[in-house]
Amino acid sequence: MTQSSHLSLRKLNISLEDFSLKNLDLEVRQGEYFVLLGPTGAGKTVLLEALAGIIPLQSGSILLEGTDITVYPPELRRVGFVYQDFALFPHLTVAGNISFGLQNSWRMADYTGDSARKKIFPLPWMRLILKGKSHQQAIKAKVEQISSLFKIRHLLERSPNSLSGGEKQRVAMARALITTPQILLLDEPLSSLDPETREGIQRELRRIHQELGTTTLHITHNFEVAAALADRIGVIMDGKIVQLGTPREIFRQPDNEKVAQFVGVRNIFRGRHFVEEDGGGILQLDGFKFASISGLKGIVRASIRPEDILLSREPLRSSARNNFKGRVVEISDRGSFSYITVRIPSLEQDGKDLNLIVLITRRSGDELALDLGQDIFAEFKASALHIF
Amino acid sequence: MRRNRSFNAVFILLAFFLVLFIGVPIFLTLTGSPPRVFWQAVLDEQVQESILFTFFSSLIATGVGLLTGIPLAYLLARKNFPGKQFIESLIDLPIVIPHSAAGIALLLALGRGSALGRGFEALGLRFVSAAPGVVAAMLFVSVPFLVDSAREGFEAVDPRLEYVARTLGSSAWNVFWRVSFPMAWRSIISGLIMMWARGISEFGAVVILTYHPMIAPVLLYERFQSFGLDYALPVAGIVILISMLVFLILRALNSNREDK
Repeated sequence: MTQSSHLSLRKLNISLEDFSLKNLDLEVRQGEYFVLLGPTGAGKTVLLEALAGIIPLQSGSILLEGTDITVYPPELRRVGFVYQDFALFPHLTVAGNISFGLQNSWRMADYTGDSARKKIFPLPWMRLILKGKSHQQAIKAKVEQISSLFKIRHLLERSPNSLSGGEKQRVAMARALITTPQILLLDEPLSSLDPETREGIQRELRRIHQELGTTTLHITHNFEVAAALADRIGVIMDGKIVQLGTPREIFRQPDNEKVAQFVGVRNIFRGRHFVEEDGGGILQLDGFKFASISGLKGIVRASIRPEDILLSREPLRSSARNNFKGRVVEISDRGSFSYITVRIPSLEQDGKDLNLIVLITRRSGDELALDLGQDIFAEFKASALHIF
Repeated sequence: MRRNRSFNAVFILLAFFLVLFIGVPIFLTLTGSPPRVFWQAVLDEQVQESILFTFFSSLIATGVGLLTGIPLAYLLARKNFPGKQFIESLIDLPIVIPHSAAGIALLLALGRGSALGRGFEALGLRFVSAAPGVVAAMLFVSVPFLVDSAREGFEAVDPRLEYVARTLGSSAWNVFWRVSFPMAWRSIISGLIMMWARGISEFGAVVILTYHPMIAPVLLYERFQSFGLDYALPVAGIVILISMLVFLILRALNSNREDK
């Protein structure tokens, strides 16, 4: 391993009534955004709660920054936790929520860098008594600083109940990050948001992660979320990690049928997206242009499900806006269906060619009589191109 | 619509009957004695003392209930342990048993005949025919109201709020004071009011354990037994009036809090 491992889980065993994790090993690297992707009920939340010290382990150990924190109580682990529904304290204001972790006076000195005070008053209760004005000011400054980062300064005096989903999400993140945790644990933080808000928050998450560099472990069942955010992805099924890799590796080369079915092998691109005057979208890749129906602007990722692409031997006259001529470079037989990789030559002279993965049934494959190296036409509708 | 009208008529009639049934006796008691007699009773030192003593004893009982009942309520709301159901039933038992029986039980446990009673007496705490007996009797019969109400309050607090607070660096103590307790506060305060009110109104258990010094209900009973209705009536009026006032004020204060 080239990078140092930040969080490592060794032979983790957890067993609850309806669910268990068996001999789970996992390494998350320093500063990494790691996404644990798995179907609902795969035990992702339980794993996070175990890491936070909320649920006891049956066996195994958890190392954070080389320290064995397996037996530490939650308050000493320095993990940040964001629940799916954000779990904001309803009896406190937004400011009260965000500053919650700073109000524990014995850790206050750690957060404000007030080391002199810490030296003079080594015991926690002493600092409890001496929680003075300067502390309150330091807390206020920190709250304002992080609120600016999350663009929620105007919400500070509001009650959490009056916030929208996206606003709650930001508050929950700010509350977790203000204590500078060594690792941030996110439990499906985007799944309760509507798709539009989700897109925005997703970008926000990426920006914040780049800015703060907090090692993050994010769990989700949503492929788009994982692809958009992850440095690396671990696919978890039935209490086990079944595949580990970059988003590209996972989605292009699923290790087995189950993973493939779950993640859905997809074509993923990164490019610049424009909106035309008539409202239609254009995704610009290296030497390619795809029509879309999205209204997003700027650098985006895009995906097409392999089953949404049509193959034909002759050019088709159809309503599909995206038509390409290419060559079959790979045929991967999976029983009743096949994955066909079609290479589309770049329109620019020394541009990179583009590979499209297409899913067809075996019967279609037989009828098309596909062979390697054969010319083929591929097309898909603008609405099949998913921009995120 | 006609059907609806008959429905409303019947329900209003039945409800009205009940309101009258409660309201009329109280009204009659409050207005039953001439103002001069009523005022004399207000000035009666024995009456004043007994009322203050009643309120104060119930306050102490409520304090003891707060100190011990809140931890119990929290444990019942949060933890699973063997015998939990048994404890839940046990703590509610004082609501259903006759209060004279509760008095007998307390007399047995805390009286001079028992080891416990002798132990306390060695410490200077006497329960039979003494103020601590009043407090003990009130505590016994009224604490279930507090425990039940507080437990419901704690159960309504999402445990994940406590978990998040832990990950934010708070110890279990800290989480209790900063999350669980403030969030359950409304249920706790209404439990405290209920407990206090129930303590004030207690007669059966107290009279068996401690006849003297007299709480207001016992004084009322004694006046009735020794001198008759005319002498008991003004005392009853005062007790009802003060209880009503205090109860209304507390309710109003509490609902003000909730509006905020």
